[in-house]
Amino acid sequence: MLRRHLASNMGRKLLLDKAHIENIRFYDVYRREGGYRSVEKALKTMSPDSVTEEVKKSGLRGRGGAGFPTGMKWSFLAKPEGVPRYLVVNADESEPGTFKDRYLMEFIPHLLIEGMITSSYALGSNRSYIYIRGEYAWIVDILEQAIQEAKNNGWLGKNILGSGFDCEIYVQRGAGAYICGEETALLESLEGKRGNPRIKPPFPAVKGLWDCPTVVNNVETIAAVVPIINDGGEEYAKIGIGKSTGTKLISACGNIKKQGVYEIDMTISVEEFIYSDEYCGGIANGRKLKACIPGGSSVPILPANLLLTTAKGEKRMMTYESLADGGFATGSMMGSGGFIVLDDTQCVVKHTYTLARFYRHESCGQCSPCREGTGWMEKILLNIENGKGKMSDIDLLWDIQRKIEGNTICPLGDAAAWPVAAAIRHFRDEFEWHITNPDDAQRRNFGLAHYADPIHIPTTA
Amino acid sequence: MADEVKKEAPANFKVTIDNITIEVAPGTTILHAARQIGGDVTPPAMCYYSKLKGSGGKCRTCLVEVAAGSATDPRPMPKLVASCRTNVMDGMVVKNITSERVQDARAGVVEFLLLNHPLDCPICDQAGECHLQDLGYEHGKEGTRYEFKRRTFEKEDIGPYIQLHMTRCILCYRCTYVADQLTDNRVHGILDRGDHAEISTYISKAIDNDFSGNMIDVCPVGALTDKTFRFKNRVWFTKPVDAHRDCDKCCGKVTLWQRGDEVLRVTARKDEWGEVQSYDGKPGWICNTCRFDKKHVNDWVIEGPTRINRHSVISQGHYLGLQKPKETIADVMGGRAPKLLMDIHNVSDVNSVDISALPGPATSKTFEKK
Repeated sequence: MLRRHLASNMGRKLLLDKAHIENIRFYDVYRREGGYRSVEKALKTMSPDSVTEEVKKSGLRGRGGAGFPTGMKWSFLAKPEGVPRYLVVNADESEPGTFKDRYLMEFIPHLLIEGMITSSYALGSNRSYIYIRGEYAWIVDILEQAIQEAKNNGWLGKNILGSGFDCEIYVQRGAGAYICGEETALLESLEGKRGNPRIKPPFPAVKGLWDCPTVVNNVETIAAVVPIINDGGEEYAKIGIGKSTGTKLISACGNIKKQGVYEIDMTISVEEFIYSDEYCGGIANGRKLKACIPGGSSVPILPANLLLTTAKGEKRMMTYESLADGGFATGSMMGSGGFIVLDDTQCVVKHTYTLARFYRHESCGQCSPCREGTGWMEKILLNIENGKGKMSDIDLLWDIQRKIEGNTICPLGDAAAWPVAAAIRHFRDEFEWHITNPDDAQRRNFGLAHYADPIHIPTTA
Repeated sequence: MADEVKKEAPANFKVTIDNITIEVAPGTTILHAARQIGGDVTPPAMCYYSKLKGSGGKCRTCLVEVAAGSATDPRPMPKLVASCRTNVMDGMVVKNITSERVQDARAGVVEFLLLNHPLDCPICDQAGECHLQDLGYEHGKEGTRYEFKRRTFEKEDIGPYIQLHMTRCILCYRCTYVADQLTDNRVHGILDRGDHAEISTYISKAIDNDFSGNMIDVCPVGALTDKTFRFKNRVWFTKPVDAHRDCDKCCGKVTLWQRGDEVLRVTARKDEWGEVQSYDGKPGWICNTCRFDKKHVNDWVIEGPTRINRHSVISQGHYLGLQKPKETIADVMGGRAPKLLMDIHNVSDVNSVDISALPGPATSKTFEKK
């Protein structure tokens, strides 16, 4: 089903343009379709620094969630003499609502391998790793097969294409912990230790894997290096709006007609993305849009009215900047592109509880605010959901999330706090209704209420 | 980065903490700079332990606000930083007790730490020398907003010397660092994650190593306590005395915790931050023989009373410069001694048992007549 949606082609596609071709999973077809051109181009005609320079020019931003400029990240990499450097690909895609990397690795694994070889060349990494979440067990086989094929055809190993550059790629399976998607926890886990995030600084660019300089990048980020090198950074930067360049994979799920992975070129509006037949195809079962978490479970949830238009009254676009417009007060984030749509039959309290439960379960327990705070929030939310809440619980929740946010070692604390904060910020009356109508709340939902009403836009006099 | 700075920057960094300026060597952490100033300016630290490499950063009680990063880059740091793991820069301006943000965050951390803590201080052997008690007293609130059942764990026996009370643990990881850095192999660690993470051996292995007893000294709470001292006395009823012996395994410099002539407990000597004292730059860890097996005054050369901070409850023993109040009964009774109707020792066997000589806590069996 996914394939059918990808075949339709209006917006520009760089990553999934060939995903529908039969057997693209395998080397022969992938190569026939122009695969591994970027490796040829980079290794034969470019210096490692000029590859980094192209990535910088492309304006590519980290696709894992934070959106940090990739070229800049690469240029921060310390390069002391005689110390190995590593590229680690973060394939520990565990954010609820996000499944884009899975699609990419499952259907076109060679795109990732190709991107990794080119990136490893730029970074000087002779041993690169893919750290993949344990639950993606079958993808490990796909990747290892792709690596073997690449090796058999001379794209990996010693002295690739006679350039003198050696590179090996290894796949390491995680053991089922969301926290191992945090880059330093990932490195700890990769080293064979307990996946606790490290205290930063030092950053991985200076002291990463086995205390060596390391770059950790998301699967999609590394895959995007392929079209950047093929077409040039400037060409890539022409796609999109402003600082949101290139294309972005969005994994759309929830109450929409057509769930799936979509590649957007960051020029369309949120409204278009949800309602056009090319993408989500509108809300399923004739229901109405109530709310949306546009970038994976950690980012703030937005009610329908603020989702489609910013507080300034502009159309909200599917770009890093536009989704974040208004800050946390009225905006959200692009995050990892896990687009979760909620219709008017959904209960925001219950969703918030589900997310809180997730973060409690996934907290590593290293630092106290996250360890204790996430469990506390979950318990309070469960009470409210079950009709046992008190009015003071809402303020208490607010205070707890406020004391977690920013005070933890890693961003998991923030990720646990933001959904709760945003739910209270935008859906406070739904929480209150749960508390004042405990019996009603067990039988029916709050519904759409006023969440899709046009927002009042203050006019500048 | 720190290395680059060292070469060019002046020998000493000027850092201002709560409006007090001090010069410290490059590479000093904010916490250590604050400790050099001392007093209220010093942030509390529950997980950081200067003698254990890699410790710190976890409990978040030492969070401070950096109002200016350095003289060259005076921008403030957006987030509060863990002072135990953040190095000072020249011209850095730090706010600890003068920052409302810090006070607010710290109150939050204290609340989080106490959330699942059993608060069983009345039966906890650590009471009186517990860092969490001090922290709660100084930064905590009287009540709690937590209305749920506190988390509990299945009890685990980790050997003959150390008692593990997982419910009291705040997961500071100090004991794991002790096992890593002092003993030849670590047999315990953190199992599970999140709020159900626990200290445990794998699986039910006894912790048995010559230096394992130091875990008791580094534990900030009553999670790891001395089994040979268990339930024997409240620490503030015992008198700490500095003593030493020739030991081929450790420095042999200890504090004896006595009651009368009985040695109830032996610990390493602690400095003013509650950490093991250093001698010639080396931390004075003690071995298990000194800690658990030498429980006679004769085993030791007594140096004199331990200096205890006068704010500590332990100093309430007043054994130092003790002044006995005047006995007035004889005066008012015209020189006669009061007539005893019953001497408790005639009917009770409790005091006939030398409790300090017992291998573990006294139980009803101890007093059964043979």
